Amino acid sequence: MNWTLALPEIVLACIGMATLIFGVLRKQDSTLLCTMFTIGGFVIAGFLVYTGNYGFGFHGQFVADPFSAFNQVLILSGAALSTILALDWNRTQGIARFEFPVLMLFSTVGMMIMASASNLMTLYLGLELQSLALYVLASFARDDLRSSEAGLKYFVLSGLASGLLLYGMSLVYGFSGTMDLASLHELLVQPTSASPGLVVGIVFVLVGLAFKVSAVPFHMWTPDVYEGAPTPVTVFFATAPKVAAMALLLRVMGTSFASLVGAWQLLVIIVSICSMLLGAVAAIGQTNIKRLMAYSSIGHMGYALIGLAVGTSSGVRGVLIYMVIYVFMTAGTFGCILAMQRKGKAVEKISDLAGLASNDPMLAMVLTVFMFSLAGIPPMSGFFAKLYIFLAAVQGGLWTLAVVGVLTSVIGAFYYIRIIKVMYFDAPAERFDARPASLSFVVAATGLFTGFFFLFPAPFVSAAQAAAAVLFR
Amino acid sequence: MITAILFYIFTAILLVSAAMVVSARNPVHSVLFLILAFFNAAALFLIAGAEFLAMILVIVYVGAVAVLFLFVVMMLDVDFAQLRGGFQRYWLVGATVGLVLFAELAIVLGGWKLAPNAIHLRMSPVPTGVSNTEALGRILYTDYVFLFQTAGLILLVAMIGAIVLTLRDRKTSRHQNIEKQNARTVVETLEMMSLTLGAGTTESGGYLRPKLPEVAPVEEHADAGGHGHGH
Repeated sequence: MNWTLALPEIVLACIGMATLIFGVLRKQDSTLLCTMFTIGGFVIAGFLVYTGNYGFGFHGQFVADPFSAFNQVLILSGAALSTILALDWNRTQGIARFEFPVLMLFSTVGMMIMASASNLMTLYLGLELQSLALYVLASFARDDLRSSEAGLKYFVLSGLASGLLLYGMSLVYGFSGTMDLASLHELLVQPTSASPGLVVGIVFVLVGLAFKVSAVPFHMWTPDVYEGAPTPVTVFFATAPKVAAMALLLRVMGTSFASLVGAWQLLVIIVSICSMLLGAVAAIGQTNIKRLMAYSSIGHMGYALIGLAVGTSSGVRGVLIYMVIYVFMTAGTFGCILAMQRKGKAVEKISDLAGLASNDPMLAMVLTVFMFSLAGIPPMSGFFAKLYIFLAAVQGGLWTLAVVGVLTSVIGAFYYIRIIKVMYFDAPAERFDARPASLSFVVAATGLFTGFFFLFPAPFVSAAQAAAAVLFR
Repeated sequence: MITAILFYIFTAILLVSAAMVVSARNPVHSVLFLILAFFNAAALFLIAGAEFLAMILVIVYVGAVAVLFLFVVMMLDVDFAQLRGGFQRYWLVGATVGLVLFAELAIVLGGWKLAPNAIHLRMSPVPTGVSNTEALGRILYTDYVFLFQTAGLILLVAMIGAIVLTLRDRKTSRHQNIEKQNARTVVETLEMMSLTLGAGTTESGGYLRPKLPEVAPVEEHADAGGHGHGH
């Protein structure tokens, strides 16, 4: 049975339920306390993941290995950062309720289960737990038309993707007789034994998961949902679920279908190239900074998918490092976006940033660091993320991907640098409201990570190396 | 022999009531026929030896789902005649699609062969020596307990979501005040009066309504804070 392997998930879920009961029973507004409990839960779960044992639990439905631990710690940090950012924003926007952190917590439990899934059923249930909480979070500002629309849109499209995923899983099960990822791997050691039905099933699974990481051509929901959802929820959307979905994609393709690389590699290459191109080109015309970040995240997922397309453990290592750097720089950028408030009202236009350098030089400097990093300019962390990915692509002989990646990075640099230009060279607009301390903390921490990653990459690289060694054996 | 007779009886009733579900004019009758169909299907499960499924079918489908349907049908003002209006126009298309689907099903089932070894490859073979309730329980609560609990969490999140997105504490919403209910005495709420034979309360001087509460309920609940939703 070995249920102790799932201790982080169990403890986190129990903390979530206790927080919920506390919030319901307490008569006063308990948003602050519940948020603190949730963050405490994330810290405890992170500690348990870090100190936990490795192995298979629950008759092979659950696995704890370096790969799952790496992703879970990353998911927990992404979730903790967005929970901190949500606290003050929700209060000023009048949507502060204690269910918000509780839903984030349950969504995180789902993501942790996704990272540890070693059975298609576990994978699906984790995914649904995560998505269901996300639908509610997206429409959390229920009196705001855009937020409700975002929630509904995400619900319908994500439900469709879940259906496709489920259909693919049923095909895989029907044509192979097992839902266990390890057994699937054994079954497919000779790629010739794969029936066409199984390959069709794999394609459906790939499509369903590509939707969750919002890769082109399954990205349509991303800009609208990013724009409509309350900004802290957008931070959450852009960080933790992306890591979880990418972990799923890597695990499914890297363990069970690893021998069938030939069958799905081309598909991943096409998706990756399309995502990079769209991310670079479509973001140019955007005036809303949240939409811009949505297209930027689509592009980044395209870069990360290069590592999967390579289909080696060095490629997986590249993806994992990319996700670490992506989570921190995205959370930081959104932290800066959350600071864009005038008289308690949030503003989202890029032109609202005009002259930020003279109004708030610190914020402008940190945002500049993030923009350089997103564009992939050394010595910011974003450069190293792309470096490891392109290195893997070149080693794997996928020159096309590396070349397209470099070209789209150059195109993408245009709109990132345009934001810096707006901040530093345009006539100053009205000042933003004073930043809350929690926001400054998150922005400073992620800014330091992004700016000084080049000084201490070794622990991250070696952890990613150990995690990646589990896949594509 | 008796099993075979019972089987045909239940099957016949099942088919007839299923046909009645779609053809009955009154939607309430449709739901009642649906319940009858569920009961007969449960009986068929019993004959097949799946007593747990039979009971679940009765409890879940008859007890919850069908009653829910009944409530929906009776409470919502759905004009079924209008809904059925399209039937005359589209019955040919519908019949064609149905025929094609039926033919496909027939072809698939006709060409279906079970591999001789397939029966041994099932993930959860039918165990011998235990009732199927126990066998299902073992699978659900022992082998797949992790998935079972995760599914439970999903339902919990769905419940939280439904409450978060729809529950609003209006000033006019009336909450149950248990303390106050318990503090009520008979003297405050009931008035004993003796009536003459053949006369109603109106003739005997009228029914005195209980004393009105000192504070109007509207204001009283505005400051009650609701159920933890401080907003």
